[in-house]
Amino acid sequence: MTALLDVQKLNVRFRQDGETTHAVRAVSFQVHKGETVAIVGESGSGKSVTALSTVQLLGDSAHVDGSIKYNGTQMVDAPEADLRRVRGNDISFIFQEPMTSLNPLHTLEKQLAESIELHQGLRGTAVTNKIVQLLNQVGIRDAESRLGAYPHQLSGGQRQRVMIAMALANDPELLIADEPTTALDVTIQAQILDLLAELKQSKGMSLLFITHDLTIVRKIADRVCVMKSGEIVETGPTAEIFSNPQHPYTQMLLAAESTGTPLPVPADAPIVLETDAVKIWFPIHRGLLKRTAGHIKAVNNATLTVRAGETVGVVGESGSGKTTLALAIMRLIRSEGAITFQGKEIHALNQKQMRPLRNAMQIVFQDPYGSLSPRMTVAQIIAEGLSIHEIDPTRDRREMVAEIMAEVGLDPALMDRYPHEFSGGQRQRIAIARAMILRPKLLVLDEPTSALDMTVQVQIVELLRDLQQKYKLAYLFISHDLKVVRALSHKVMVMKQGDVVEAGDADAIFDAPQTDYTRALMAAAFEGRTI
Amino acid sequence: MTTQAIAKPKRKLLSPLNQRRWRNFNRNRRAVWSLWIFSTLFILSLFAEFIANDKPILVSYRGELRMPIMTFYSERDFGGDFPTEAVYGDVEVKCLIATGGLEDCFDDPDGLLEMVESGGKPDIDGFAKGWTIWPPIPYSYNTIVDVRGVAPAPPSDTNILGTDDTKRDVAARIIYGFRLSILFAGMVTIGSSLIGILAGAVQGYFGGWTDLIFQRFIEIWTGMPSLYVIIIVFAIVGRSFWLLVFLTILFGWPALVGLVRAEFLRARNFEYVRAAKALGVSDRTIMFRHMLPNAMVATVTMLPFLVTGAIGGLASLDFLGFGLPSSAPSLGELTLQAKQNLQAPWLGFTAFTTFAVMLSLLVFIFEGVRDAFDPRKTFS
Repeated sequence: MTALLDVQKLNVRFRQDGETTHAVRAVSFQVHKGETVAIVGESGSGKSVTALSTVQLLGDSAHVDGSIKYNGTQMVDAPEADLRRVRGNDISFIFQEPMTSLNPLHTLEKQLAESIELHQGLRGTAVTNKIVQLLNQVGIRDAESRLGAYPHQLSGGQRQRVMIAMALANDPELLIADEPTTALDVTIQAQILDLLAELKQSKGMSLLFITHDLTIVRKIADRVCVMKSGEIVETGPTAEIFSNPQHPYTQMLLAAESTGTPLPVPADAPIVLETDAVKIWFPIHRGLLKRTAGHIKAVNNATLTVRAGETVGVVGESGSGKTTLALAIMRLIRSEGAITFQGKEIHALNQKQMRPLRNAMQIVFQDPYGSLSPRMTVAQIIAEGLSIHEIDPTRDRREMVAEIMAEVGLDPALMDRYPHEFSGGQRQRIAIARAMILRPKLLVLDEPTSALDMTVQVQIVELLRDLQQKYKLAYLFISHDLKVVRALSHKVMVMKQGDVVEAGDADAIFDAPQTDYTRALMAAAFEGRTI
Repeated sequence: MTTQAIAKPKRKLLSPLNQRRWRNFNRNRRAVWSLWIFSTLFILSLFAEFIANDKPILVSYRGELRMPIMTFYSERDFGGDFPTEAVYGDVEVKCLIATGGLEDCFDDPDGLLEMVESGGKPDIDGFAKGWTIWPPIPYSYNTIVDVRGVAPAPPSDTNILGTDDTKRDVAARIIYGFRLSILFAGMVTIGSSLIGILAGAVQGYFGGWTDLIFQRFIEIWTGMPSLYVIIIVFAIVGRSFWLLVFLTILFGWPALVGLVRAEFLRARNFEYVRAAKALGVSDRTIMFRHMLPNAMVATVTMLPFLVTGAIGGLASLDFLGFGLPSSAPSLGELTLQAKQNLQAPWLGFTAFTTFAVMLSLLVFIFEGVRDAFDPRKTFS
């Protein structure tokens, strides 16, 4: 059996500033007809670069050598015209970010028509019919009426469905999906995976699936290639790899799951934070006089209590108001309803009155790449809060920075470097150090592990647990990742479109969810299936 | 792991990011050469008084060293009659200096001077040999050249680029005019970018009503016909260089506001800005420590347009006759004269070459700067 896609000894090098980075080293793999091959690896392992190099979609700074044969045709150094014929026609792509891979100025019909007209030569109503058929196929309801819709009128899941429809438009033989579900909520993730599996069945397509998520791989792939720093370290049938991993790296990947349970909280622990029916409504202004015509109800009646040493997990899908609630508690946006912090009502205080309290309540954000100013050294970033709150003014700042860096597991010798020299996990540690140096009582963690690789996630969860135990910290832990929430939280609050649908002790909710929504979330998160 | 304080390393002159930019700039040979040539020309022009002047650099009078460029000396100081400043180009004054202030210079200055210069020693009491060091071009920008012929005079041994229509040396005026243009552009750019960045930062950071009101104000302000205002103000208070700088800044600062405002609007929702707010950092510190450095790239990209725009603006005002006082060394005025005296092509050629060289060098330099700041551009 000849392979549909045959990659042999592929090397990709990037040149910048005269330095060469060897991103992919001697990678070989095949994708056969009707087969799903998953490339798994952590960020920076070269999996996306490998996928893009198959149809020579890398930039000018990349140098590719080796052999990539598609249906027996050599793709490396092929003329641009040949590549264009293959791209989008025989090989289609789905990218990670559904928000940016559709042109915001084009309607659905126009986006889809472009490629159909180009590759199939259809015109007029034939194109429209084909588009409606495609949209139905990918499960967009009421397809005919959505033809004139713009991307911003669709949800993330719908956009990804449109992307898949675009990819399928020319009946490709090979579909390359680069982290197609990473940016989506768990329940939608499960739906998209079902859709892909179904389409693959009905059309006999091959699928090259790139992901870091092992739950997905187990569900969808026939064969797995595990990549690490540009090399394939292990390859084999999915079942075999999962049951009997040979390479230590694969074993480590499989073992990387946030486990453990939160430590018990003494019953008399003082209450750190209390909210009573917090409501965050953004007014919608209409008309000439800007009358308030209605509200976007971001958060409705959120009531919660966090005690010292306790973690309250807030879970929900995107748009459920989790982050908005966190920002309101930090008093970074306006809200209604009482917020009491250490016995003091803070919801009516202005920014100036809040300033003395800020050292006791700190926040760690989701994106470790965006939350550190790129023009400041790590020492400057970490020490910034010290001078504002005049903590131990007599002590040497750098000594304090060194201490806290050691505590969060960073080498203090690196304090004069800039953030871009650190990995994602290290940056998240810097963000935690910046918060911890002020010795807060409450730490709001807004998806602190979502942008990180699994193995790093585990380390950060452990760090957070250690810090909580040591300092009796109260955590408000916001995440869509139920596995991490389970490993850390004492109490859980489930949010959906601004409403709290379920709240209570973590064990009770995870073991016996009361509402359909919670049940659907759990099924998608722990088993990757839809209800 | 040690918790000892780590000694702070000696602060490097440039951060790693700026080092990369400097390397990238250096790879663009054209920009580097342009920078060198431009810097040399500019630094030379800063010492224009030592290159083109109607006063000598150094005079030895009766054994005493004098620097007429720096200090005022009357003709009497050289043994002459007038209490006014010595006219060093006059043959009488030349003779007085060379002979140490002999009365005989008023009778036969040419003969005496020739004798002294050829090494002779007049047999007169009180003779003391003196000497003079002249700048390479013995005319300042406003010196009327005392030679025969109609003005504008073509290039000759005494005036390498000829004279303009009031018999002033074109080469001297070019040197001073180049300096004036660059200094004017520099001051206007610095002034209007400081105000523009500040205004844009405030608007973008606070947004809302501040932004709305400021925006409307800027719309009205930029709607003002600045050229007329400049002409009217000049008519009332009279022309001067500093007034022109002031007025140009007054109407030039909105150029950068839109850009900086957009950068700040974008950056105000970045997580590191939120994190700083959560730390309790004050608004001013957030603006200048966290947001401004990141808005600088876009600003720097915009600066070349301000610089070249200011040079062009000054030239066009002068060309129209509404710019600097007519005695000032202005390249725009030279262009105007070239238009009025088409029979004297050296005026037009000189003005064109000066503008072309100056603006091309600036464009090449800023092109290199822009590419060096571009994080996506790779240099192999």
